[in-house]
Amino acid sequence: MNADEISSWIISIIVLTGSVLSLISAFGLIRLPDIYTRSHAATKASTLSVMCILIAAFLFFAVGEGLYSARILLGIVFVFITAPVGGHLISRAAYHTGVTLWDSSIQDQLKEKKRKQRPSSRS
Amino acid sequence: MKSNDVILQTVTNIVLFIILMFSVFIFFNGHHEPGGGFIGGLMTSSALVLLLLAYDLETVKRVLPVDFKHVTAAGLLVAVGTGMGSFFFDAPFLSQTYGYRHFPVLGELELATALIFDIGVYLVVVGITLTIIQTIGEDR
Repeated sequence: MNADEISSWIISIIVLTGSVLSLISAFGLIRLPDIYTRSHAATKASTLSVMCILIAAFLFFAVGEGLYSARILLGIVFVFITAPVGGHLISRAAYHTGVTLWDSSIQDQLKEKKRKQRPSSRS
Repeated sequence: MKSNDVILQTVTNIVLFIILMFSVFIFFNGHHEPGGGFIGGLMTSSALVLLLLAYDLETVKRVLPVDFKHVTAAGLLVAVGTGMGSFFFDAPFLSQTYGYRHFPVLGELELATALIFDIGVYLVVVGITLTIIQTIGEDR
């Protein structure tokens, strides 16, 4: 096995990992019961899958054509910073507009805090 | 209602500079590769829209005390000025030229007068987008 073959194996394994993670994230979106668990699946798995695929694209162009694309590295950093914040904002907006939790949820610690805060913010 | 937006604001402070940097990169990239004035201007204005989402309108106006209608006007003036500039060299309206120049740090660069026209496009796009968004966002 020469270097080209080894690198193509590594790159294809990374691409496959990324696409399988993306598939798992899509299954999680369908299967999970409420918005909070769904955003859990949608943010984490798909962020990692997108980063895997971008890393594989970076390696493909770096090894194959000697092209070190700073844009892809910037994209990886950008996705890594912004995707979890997007998930946080979506679930936060859902909580504040009163989307109910799953029936089997045991505790909701934010509820008491919100109830305590409400009279002061109303006045 | 005053809400607690620490996470959004902190991330905005970091991400804003990445987007602005990338928009400048795309703007200068436009001569030989995908990019240019229009998409660079749109990306800059999207960075400023992100700032508007994370903070409120008054804060952004205090940070950027620019009337974006004037930015649009300045962009149109630059674009017309590049067209008029070709008259000084006995060339038809909007003629473009380019040349190679050596710079101390950057090495040899290709300088095209199309870049100045692109600056005009960039300013017009930023000005119009932010005028529209600020006008819509103001009256509630």
